[in-house]
Amino acid sequence: MNVLMTLEMAAECHPDRIAAACGERSISYAEMLRAARHAGAQIRASGCRHVGLLDINSLAAPVALYAAACAGLSYVPMNYRLTKPEIQALLERIAPAWLIADPQLLEGVEVPAGFTVVDRDQFLQDALDGVGADPEAVQAEPSTVAVQLFTSGTTGAPKAAVLRHENLMSYILGTVEFGAADEHDAVLVAVPPYHIAGISAVLSSTYACRRMVQLPNFDGQSWLETCQREKVSNAFVVPTMLSRVIEYIDASGADASLPALRALAYGGGKMPAPVIERAMQLWPAVDFTNAYGLTETSSTIALLDPEGHREGFNSTDPEVRKRLHSVGRPIDAVEIEIRDEDGKPLPVDAVGDVYVRGGQVAGEYLGIGSLLDANGWFPTRDRGYQDKYGFLYLDGRADDVIVRGGENISPGEIEDVLRQHPAVVDVAVVALPDEEWGECVGAAVVTQPGVKIDEAALRAELQTWVRERLRSSRVPAVISFREQLPYNEMGKILRRVLRDELSAAL
Amino acid sequence: MTTLKAGSRLKSAVCDTEVMVVRATADDVSLECGGAVMLALASEKPAGAAAHEAFAQGTLVGKRYTDADERFEFLCTKGGKGSLAIDGVLLVVKQAKALPSSD
Repeated sequence: MNVLMTLEMAAECHPDRIAAACGERSISYAEMLRAARHAGAQIRASGCRHVGLLDINSLAAPVALYAAACAGLSYVPMNYRLTKPEIQALLERIAPAWLIADPQLLEGVEVPAGFTVVDRDQFLQDALDGVGADPEAVQAEPSTVAVQLFTSGTTGAPKAAVLRHENLMSYILGTVEFGAADEHDAVLVAVPPYHIAGISAVLSSTYACRRMVQLPNFDGQSWLETCQREKVSNAFVVPTMLSRVIEYIDASGADASLPALRALAYGGGKMPAPVIERAMQLWPAVDFTNAYGLTETSSTIALLDPEGHREGFNSTDPEVRKRLHSVGRPIDAVEIEIRDEDGKPLPVDAVGDVYVRGGQVAGEYLGIGSLLDANGWFPTRDRGYQDKYGFLYLDGRADDVIVRGGENISPGEIEDVLRQHPAVVDVAVVALPDEEWGECVGAAVVTQPGVKIDEAALRAELQTWVRERLRSSRVPAVISFREQLPYNEMGKILRRVLRDELSAAL
Repeated sequence: MTTLKAGSRLKSAVCDTEVMVVRATADDVSLECGGAVMLALASEKPAGAAAHEAFAQGTLVGKRYTDADERFEFLCTKGGKGSLAIDGVLLVVKQAKALPSSD
């Protein structure tokens, strides 16, 4: 069992179908398999241990993924937006390695010993030009590490999550039907190659034999125009991307029609209600899917399917309507359990820690080991509950819970209330150290740009606002006004940064 | 007779068929294609062998095959002329169910 099987089968069945297209260039499944075999043999012969990628999306990314599989080595796509010292630190962790890179991204980085650095375009050209018979791929064991991803590190230094061939193939076999795509289907991949959704997009679209259209640099306009030009039928976005697309449409008055688009999936963070509702208005014929997953679980573990979206959108029953804000039900291939602090399963509607189990769940980091318990359960570190219909509602990260005088407070409910105040544009709530209570509630608030505010008066008003709607323990002791909040490039709020800044100002 | 292991791959001794074991019990069984016991992927295929006519309906790449009790499931990774069987009993194509996809 090897992720290469997805490409071998696609090349066997649809050798001439377009596998991936980027700008003016495209390659077929037969070409991709041949390129991966030649590059894999070359990399294998070099004696490297990893295949790194430091680049935006291009045809080189899927070829590199499959070349690593042919060589029996792990593929390590890295975040090109990191600082030079951060990139250097990651490189040192994967030596000796074969590194496919955009040379500009390596300027000022001291590449450690043991690296073979290859320009992205040269790598692709050499792989496609491979002469002679296709070299045999190494038969990697199911337990061989296929992909190593450095987690985004919003709470600390990046950890190296490992995904084995058996984890990724378990996900693919559990969620994709082979060759399910029609000849004219196309999926638009806008997430960067170092994101788990970028990995699963390659494997899923290949196994479905669906043409993959790559968007190297995301912005709202290019996403919309690429969808239209390439007649994209399926797409996946993170919530920030959907916000940007809608902002672009609403600001420019651009033609928003997407007649070919059938399915739009989103995930990777909390989707603001106004954004998804606006998207459903803009594209009523599109099937929306909310996917919840983690790097450590080989991508999606729960889905709010199109039916769930429509039920929620059209219902007046609050119990059904709130479904729009859930992440749906667990997929067939995994089980989900909500547990209390002592690890005991909780009943429906009770908020606790989300645990997951299944073949696709890797739950393992290099140097740390497996976090799975004796029965195979992985603590996601997400908080949440399941309702009586089995829908899963998330309630922030366990690490973000504020423990005030022994009481657990979720930042999410306070943020939701503050966001309803007319003066508030954006808000994040974090735990701050407190001598009396252990921790107290701190809030960073962004107000309307260009509008002068009386900070002391608004602070008091917001505190009253929260007190009237929640309990007094939820009232932020500290409210700081800022022009913007710190987000990472995938739209995740950097709570650690905020916590440090607010604590320093105490 | 052999124990089949999930994740392992086998090939037909008489045609192009290749399969991956998706699910298996620990029972010792004989997995056959075209009437002949299937081989490890790396082993040499005997020359000149052909599928037995009672086991020659063919396999299709991407289809999943199971026994009546669904104790075993195989994914066909390469199609061929032979038919799959366990201990001489033909396997059937498992009906694809609609899978919700997010990618």
